[in-house]
Order: sequence, then structure tokens, then C-alpha cells
Amino acid sequence: MKFAILVFPGSGCDVDMYHAINEVLGAEAEYVWHDEAELAGFDAVMVPGGASYGNYLRPGALAKGSPALEQLKAFAASGKPVLGVGNGFQILTEANVLPGAFLLNKGLKFRSGKVKLTVQNTESIFTESYEKDQQILIPFAHQYGNYYVDEETLEELKENNRIAFTYTNGSVDGSTGHIAGVLNEQGNVLGIMPLPERAVEEIIGGTDGLPLFKSILKRWSENNVSHA
Amino acid sequence: MTKVNVYVTLRESVVDPQGTAAKEALLNLGYNEVQNVRIGKLIELELDGAVTDIETRVKEMCEKLLINEVIEDYRYEIGEAAGK
Repeated sequence: MKFAILVFPGSGCDVDMYHAINEVLGAEAEYVWHDEAELAGFDAVMVPGGASYGNYLRPGALAKGSPALEQLKAFAASGKPVLGVGNGFQILTEANVLPGAFLLNKGLKFRSGKVKLTVQNTESIFTESYEKDQQILIPFAHQYGNYYVDEETLEELKENNRIAFTYTNGSVDGSTGHIAGVLNEQGNVLGIMPLPERAVEEIIGGTDGLPLFKSILKRWSENNVSHA
Repeated sequence: MTKVNVYVTLRESVVDPQGTAAKEALLNLGYNEVQNVRIGKLIELELDGAVTDIETRVKEMCEKLLINEVIEDYRYEIGEAAGK
């Protein structure tokens, strides 16, 4: 299975993502520079965290000016998995691939550490290796982590089981519905604000993020038995 | 050249964390008349004055990139041609 890691100027967590997929998961990931992106040959696209374009205008907004965005939208529409982490999640909301938008943290400050998440949906291609209501500890680092959707959208997300992860002890940063991770309507795109690729080895403080990547690989393997 | 000012504010329904903090600070300074503070931004555009459908183009720029309609509202003022 081939993963593309879509790199923008200012992406920072692309290296962690590369390590998690190539060294820990044991799949194949390649960096794809946004300007010369050719995504069609890949099986999944990872939009890593960081601060693309310096977070100018709004976090994730200026990536809309990249030629990669039309390709990313087409890739998402094709039904293949797309994962946006941190700033990657912000890019996906700005591109209208995922609902909502991000505001400055309620406490105004950049915050980082580890946060407990509850797995709400265990049926998606990203979460089926978790148990329902499982609590996992995942690192986070953000200043614009205050996820906003209006009431109507929140209800729609709940009804259709599109909330993949919530902050177990409520969102300190102000996120609507304590949402930490959300799926698109088709279920093949996930945005998650904390950083699962930083929790894939005991030596760096936990492996609670690994089942997310294993889920993607498992589903792909099941669907591609003849090529295995 | 035509100058356009785009004023961006957070939607009324969206809590403004910066505005809330600034309001608290103003109250602490004794400005007890302050009831609400909303912080937005000003985007100054300088456009080629030869373009005829400026309004349509500016709206498009706002909706495609400059503002995020999920959380933001905007208004704009088109200035006089400054000529050069």
C-alpha cells in the first residue's frame, strides 16, 4: 500500500508521519511536494500537521492557492482514504472537504501536551482497530484547535456517526461538541486535531495512535487480496 | 489603480476569544461602559483600475480565499481610483 504525504511550505509533522508509516506500520510512504503533486497512483493521502504558509490569513487557508488542492479534492471524491492531522485538518476544512472551521483557542495561547480522546466511531476505515468508547492518549500541539461547527451541522454529524473522536474530559480549547476528529459524509476522509503519528512507539511515550494507521492498512489489504 | 478595503469580522454567532479577552482588559482599566468587543481584520487590496467588474471580482476573492464564511462575515469599500 502506497501512502502519499502531501508536503506544503511550512508543513512540520511530515517527518513524523513518514517515520510512523515506513518504520513502524511497515507500509510505504512517499513525500509529495504540493507544487508537483501527482496523487493518482497512491492508495491514501496524508495531509500532515505543521504551519503551512506560516498560518498566514487563517491556518490552512493559503493552501487553497496550491495546484495540489484540486487533486486532493478529486482524490477524496474517489473514495480513497485521506487523513488530515492538525494543520492538515485545517486545510481540509478550508478546502470544504470537511465541515467546520478553526478558531483561536479559547484561552488564546498555543498549547501542547497529551490529551485523552474517546473513540466514538469504530466502523470507519480509520478507526475499526479501536474499541467503541476506548480512551486513548494522543499528543497535541496547536493554537487554532478550537473547532467550530454550527448547531445544525453538529446535529447532522451526530446523526450520521461522523464524529470519530472527542476530547474525553471536554475540550479545553473550546471545540464544538468536544470534537477532536471528524469524518466526511462518505467516511473516507478523517480530520483529527491531535497528532496520532506521534504516538506509535512505546519509546516515545505510547502507541495509542498506531491502530489508526493499522485500520487504514487493514481495510486496504482486505480490498486488495488478489494483489497481496 | 483602485483601492479596496475588506473588513472581516467573526460572525455574531461565533465566540471571539480575543475580543472577550480585550473586553476584560478594558473593564479592568475602568472602562465600565464597555459591553462587547469584537476583533476583526482589515485587508487592503490594490487592484488594476482597468478591471470593470471589480465588485464581482472582489466578492469572489473574499468567498474563495480571503474570508471563511463558516466563521466570518465581511464588507468592503471600493475607493476612488488613485491614479498613477
